[in-house]
Amino acid sequence: MVSIDVWNASVDFPIFDAKSRSLKKAVLGKVGGKIGTEQKVPIIEALHDISVHLKEGDRVGLVGHNGAGKSTLLRLLAGIYEPTRGSSRITGKVAPVFDLGVGMDPEISGLENIMIRGLFLGMSRKQMEKRVDDIAEFTELGDYLQMPLRTYSTGMRVRLALGVVTSIDPEILLLDEGIGAVDAQFLNKARTRLVDLVARSGMLVFASHQDDLLFELCNTAIWMDEGQMKMQGSLREVLTAYKGKDPFAHMDAETIERLGQPPVLTSKSGEV
Amino acid sequence: MPATATAEQEQPPTQARSYRSWSRAWQDLVEGSKQRQLWGHLGWQDIKQRYRRSVIGPLWITLSMAITAAGLGVLYSALFHAQIQTFLPYITVGFIVWNFMLGCLTEGTETFIRNEGLIKHLPAPLTVYALRTVWRLTLMFAHNMLVYFVIVAIFWSSLSEDGYVLTPGGNQEPGISWSIVFAIPAFVVLAINGGWVAILFGIISTRYRDIPPVIISLTQLAFFMTPIVWTTDILTKLPTGGAPPKWRILVAELNPLYHYIEILRAPLIGATQSWHHWVVVAAFTVVGWALAMLAMRNYRARISYWV
Repeated sequence: MVSIDVWNASVDFPIFDAKSRSLKKAVLGKVGGKIGTEQKVPIIEALHDISVHLKEGDRVGLVGHNGAGKSTLLRLLAGIYEPTRGSSRITGKVAPVFDLGVGMDPEISGLENIMIRGLFLGMSRKQMEKRVDDIAEFTELGDYLQMPLRTYSTGMRVRLALGVVTSIDPEILLLDEGIGAVDAQFLNKARTRLVDLVARSGMLVFASHQDDLLFELCNTAIWMDEGQMKMQGSLREVLTAYKGKDPFAHMDAETIERLGQPPVLTSKSGEV
Repeated sequence: MPATATAEQEQPPTQARSYRSWSRAWQDLVEGSKQRQLWGHLGWQDIKQRYRRSVIGPLWITLSMAITAAGLGVLYSALFHAQIQTFLPYITVGFIVWNFMLGCLTEGTETFIRNEGLIKHLPAPLTVYALRTVWRLTLMFAHNMLVYFVIVAIFWSSLSEDGYVLTPGGNQEPGISWSIVFAIPAFVVLAINGGWVAILFGIISTRYRDIPPVIISLTQLAFFMTPIVWTTDILTKLPTGGAPPKWRILVAELNPLYHYIEILRAPLIGATQSWHHWVVVAAFTVVGWALAMLAMRNYRARISYWV
């Protein structure tokens, strides 16, 4: 049973500047008596009072402006950040694809990175060795996999990361916007695989600014604004509210049917 | 709402509420230890990475230890008028063990800081990173042990002789015998201690970035305070003859690092083994792990915010 439940969660980042991050304040502050007012670490409230309940088969798009909390929410759903207030429960095998530069070692080869990613995602070394050919074929990187990762372009890194997560059958797939960096041809290929994957197993949460990707992969959406959930509902509803116009308006009926999006007027309001 | 918001979902189950729980800390430890292939791979990767593009690769670890051991051994055996056949192995083994412990202390403080990228991008038990550090140091220890085997082979006749002394007039040592097998549990205990050091110091250092430099400056002092290049014989016997004040032996006995070194060094060079070192080390192991678990319980979930 794959599910993510988040109850009234907030994520506060303490911002330690050079001074407050030292022992001096913690130790001397108590010993030295009242010098100045009580020094508290400044906090950035990245997410505020989030409640989300996702279950198997959900394909959720995350929309919102830069800095609205999309990436932080993805990390919360991945279990990387545990909420400072509120609580969360994640059941299922999580595979995140976040910032593509980080979390991979630029000095080691693509193959080694595939192996490490796979091991992190709960695979064994043998299981990964079996999949390497498949990944090499899918990513079309070929002999380039022997090269250190620092020689890769952004798009090639995305290919690598997508190759790994789509080959291992995760139950919960979390994608950050970076995957838009690949070319259209590869995107088509990846799309098929991602749709397959989501249909087969669990759940997808996808943060993106690209409407066409959202149409293909998601059926519901969450609109994040200033760390809060502004709206949650069907993809079409949320995008209409977010963009101020119905993104499906110019599509022909056939495409809309293929994407399985009900028109805004007939669906129930999902505002939260 | 995409999900069915049933009544039970409105309220979190009680076990999901608290992030400061023993069971989660324990779970982290168990889950992390189970991912043996992951931390094994990462630790080995670290070693390969450090010597990438160098011709002899990780053998540099062995080579630099051999050079240090030879240099220190020759110098200090001359300074203490000691026989090089036994004093050089003494210093070498002491230095190899010290290097492992030094690594646990200094690299342990950076366990989580260095893995910032991974911690922020992939959900994994924190224990994985602690084990990565300890495993890397274990591999380095294994490389250094090559020097030990070469030196033992060279000085075998002196080291296996019953009643050899390290410094003139010092304690008579029994020589290498079957009791060398105690080195195996001794190293296991050292590695287990490396685990709590990496977790506890790693957590504290992630929050307070002053700790790593503090540790580094203290280890310098600790190296000279610990009997590594000198022996405890010097504390109990004056070179001029006669008995020195009793308190002098406390310099070594009150230093926990001495006991850690001694449980592993004594069997490896065939020196007198004493059970009281094991008792001290066992006590530190229990207390250390208790503190590490306490830190895990309280701050495990905060690490990804702090790095």
